[in-house]
Amino acid sequence: MARNGGVAWMRTTEKIDGYDLSTSDTEEVHVLAVDDSLVDRKVIERLLRIFSCKVTAVDSGRRALQYLGLDEEIQKKETNGFDGLKVDLIITDYCMPGMTGYELLKKVKESSAFREIPVVIMSSENVIARIDRCLEEGAEDFIVKPVKLSDVKRIIDYTTTELREGEQREGARAKRRGINKRKQREGDDDLSSSPPSTLSSSTSSSPSSSIQSATAPSSPSTLDSPTRRLKMTSSE
Amino acid sequence: MDFVNQLQRKFIDYSSSLHREGIVDDQFTQLRKLEDENSPHFVMEVASLFFEDCEKLINNMAIALEQKQGVDFKQIDECIHQLKGSSSSIGAMRVKNACIAFRSFSDAQNREGCLRCLQQLSHEYSLLKNKLQTLFLLEQQIVAAGGSIPRVH
Repeated sequence: MARNGGVAWMRTTEKIDGYDLSTSDTEEVHVLAVDDSLVDRKVIERLLRIFSCKVTAVDSGRRALQYLGLDEEIQKKETNGFDGLKVDLIITDYCMPGMTGYELLKKVKESSAFREIPVVIMSSENVIARIDRCLEEGAEDFIVKPVKLSDVKRIIDYTTTELREGEQREGARAKRRGINKRKQREGDDDLSSSPPSTLSSSTSSSPSSSIQSATAPSSPSTLDSPTRRLKMTSSE
Repeated sequence: MDFVNQLQRKFIDYSSSLHREGIVDDQFTQLRKLEDENSPHFVMEVASLFFEDCEKLINNMAIALEQKQGVDFKQIDECIHQLKGSSSSIGAMRVKNACIAFRSFSDAQNREGCLRCLQQLSHEYSLLKNKLQTLFLLEQQIVAAGGSIPRVH
């Protein structure tokens, strides 16, 4: 699968389970994985590494915030984490002692520095109310455990798509939130907050085109998530 | 070469029997698929972590159930939740099912029922550990004999 129109960098293992793993070095996604279970951390780490992601795994929401530099009790002089690497995706367990994945999600989405980072929630409980709550709070996706290759592939696919669509990132995310919101009451929290952030963060894309795309129909790939299909059926 | 083939056949048969007996489920197969030349012992490594986890949690629950002044069922419930999660992640189906049964007795705060469930859980764990260790030993024997581990898909 050539990403740059020509050269595809082959990793030492080209295929696992039929998934083509060829990818470019420059497109390495850095994932912050959060789970209190050591077994689950080991599994998610391996799953992510198969897709050539760089993985930082921590065992609590608190440590995740510390890594991001969002922990109130630790004054971070630097704007980035321990090793200064930008986090492209956060994947977190829901049920954790101390801070739940939901609380972590809220903290990330409340922060101006990190709210654009997609957050995926994992949970062993397939509860509609829980899924809804997370998606409403801005979660990108919700995976029911145990996590499989196909789950991770879906997430990495749209994360790399977002990274590649650099300047259109704001529009794409606002578009997805638009889809999640469309089936609910007129909350408007996310949609109303997207114009200001578009204006402040966009470089070359015009603000008006990003706002327009917030209400445009989504591309087929965003509807692939079984969680979204489930969610839309349940709220109708 | 014949010896390696024999071992490989034994490995495949034994692996199939684990699935047939419900010791492991599809998630175990999923984890097997994550093994390659870079990570040839991934399943063995995860299993080791799981064994440690399991032993610790079973021990904690045994202690909690022994408390004369009153059993902390909330703690028991947390242990069951953790064990159910990790057994599900590794594909240890019978251990996971034992956890599900255990949970209903813990919810009902039924100490006797919990003790029975804990015993059942310990039994399932021992069974799993023995069987997986046999499987991993076969793997090591195949590699030592110069063969490759059959990838079961």
